Amino acid sequence: MIRKPLALGLVAVLALSGAAYSGGHGGNPAVKARKAHMQLYSFNLGTLGAMAKGEVEYDAETASTAANNLAAVSQLSQRGYWLPGTSSDDLPDESRALPALWQEGSKAGEIGGKFAEAAAALAAVAGDGKDAMAAAMGPVGKACGDCHEAYRKPRN
Amino acid sequence: MLRVILTLAGLGLAGLAAGLWITRPMTVDVVEFALAEFEADVARGETIYWAAGCASCHVAPDSEDKLLLSGGQRFETEFGAFVAPNISPHPDAGIGGWTLTDFASAIKHGTSPEGQHYYPVFPYASYAQMTSVDIADLWAFMLTLPPSDQPNVPHEVGFPFNIRLSLGGWKLLYADTGWVQPAETEQLERGRYLVEALSHCGECHTPRNAFGGLDHDRWMTGAPNPSGKGDVPGLTPSQLTWSAQDIAYYLESGFTPDFDSAGGKMVDVIENTGRLSAEDRNAIAAYIKALGR
Repeated sequence: MIRKPLALGLVAVLALSGAAYSGGHGGNPAVKARKAHMQLYSFNLGTLGAMAKGEVEYDAETASTAANNLAAVSQLSQRGYWLPGTSSDDLPDESRALPALWQEGSKAGEIGGKFAEAAAALAAVAGDGKDAMAAAMGPVGKACGDCHEAYRKPRN
Repeated sequence: MLRVILTLAGLGLAGLAAGLWITRPMTVDVVEFALAEFEADVARGETIYWAAGCASCHVAPDSEDKLLLSGGQRFETEFGAFVAPNISPHPDAGIGGWTLTDFASAIKHGTSPEGQHYYPVFPYASYAQMTSVDIADLWAFMLTLPPSDQPNVPHEVGFPFNIRLSLGGWKLLYADTGWVQPAETEQLERGRYLVEALSHCGECHTPRNAFGGLDHDRWMTGAPNPSGKGDVPGLTPSQLTWSAQDIAYYLESGFTPDFDSAGGKMVDVIENTGRLSAEDRNAIAAYIKALGR
């Protein structure tokens, strides 16, 4: 069970290098950090999803690693990059985060909490077989959708 | 001269009467549904409920309880603002006082128990293809849902769209128009029933003409988002290159092939399709892949 600290370490390095990287290039660094965060979710979900769909044979170790990564990323504090002034109204070319995300009554934080719970539950069972893994992906996908339904601007 | 005027007036009135008769609110056959009601299956009705997407529009705004159909969601359109009514089985506030034939006339013909035309924001133009058995099963299931005493909010529709009589002409042209796509196999037939009738996918994914009728020549080629922001994507093979398996998995989990997630109103749709059987999702995917022949 050396993998968990390793995964956490990797994530920390990625997060740090991401911050350093976005500092020196064009575009809003907070928006880029958000996208990098989502990209890490997407990459690990891709590993799990390929097995759930049957495109790749299920492997307990690969599934556990990807699910642990997902859960680890969900534990990172995102406070630093969901900054006011970076909505789709403020930065229409870069950001698809709707202003409602920052407004009174926003449920984004609550949904983020549900995502972290669902990711932890997935990590707990991802090694127990394909069916258990696929079933635990349901609540994860639901949390993704809940936030994207309310707070992400549709692509034009 | 007076005679000519009177004759013309008479002819005009006769024409108007004939027009109103032709476009009168239609109702269903009572006997046919009495039989279906006798054999109604609540468990099958639940599947119809999710496939038909009733909850997506009829639960309260932002409600997580997908079985409490208290209404209240607003739909801003170019014809006015429509507010989804309470269709919970509450006897007064909802539709608990209806009969199965009232329900079937609403679903298939967009006709209220009082004999009024409903606005086509209620997708009866698609539901028209539903089988009597499915309608009876759905009704049996809906009667088991919790009642809500939430009062209805009136639509905000301006002239001339507030003249409901004119909807008879609209229905004649655009409702109950039959199947759009061919279906040569049993799977395609099931997929067509789900896509074109129950799940009414075309209502958002197909562009409309100036009168709000679906343009069958551009079936499922994408359309402006009815709620205003952005576009609803086209699903024909030249527009959507996902495999059938990708489509089925998206409808199950909400994950796209590159593991982004669904957004906007499609999230509600996936809450429904995620509850269907794998066979039904595969049938929808097969239909989508076969579009545009």
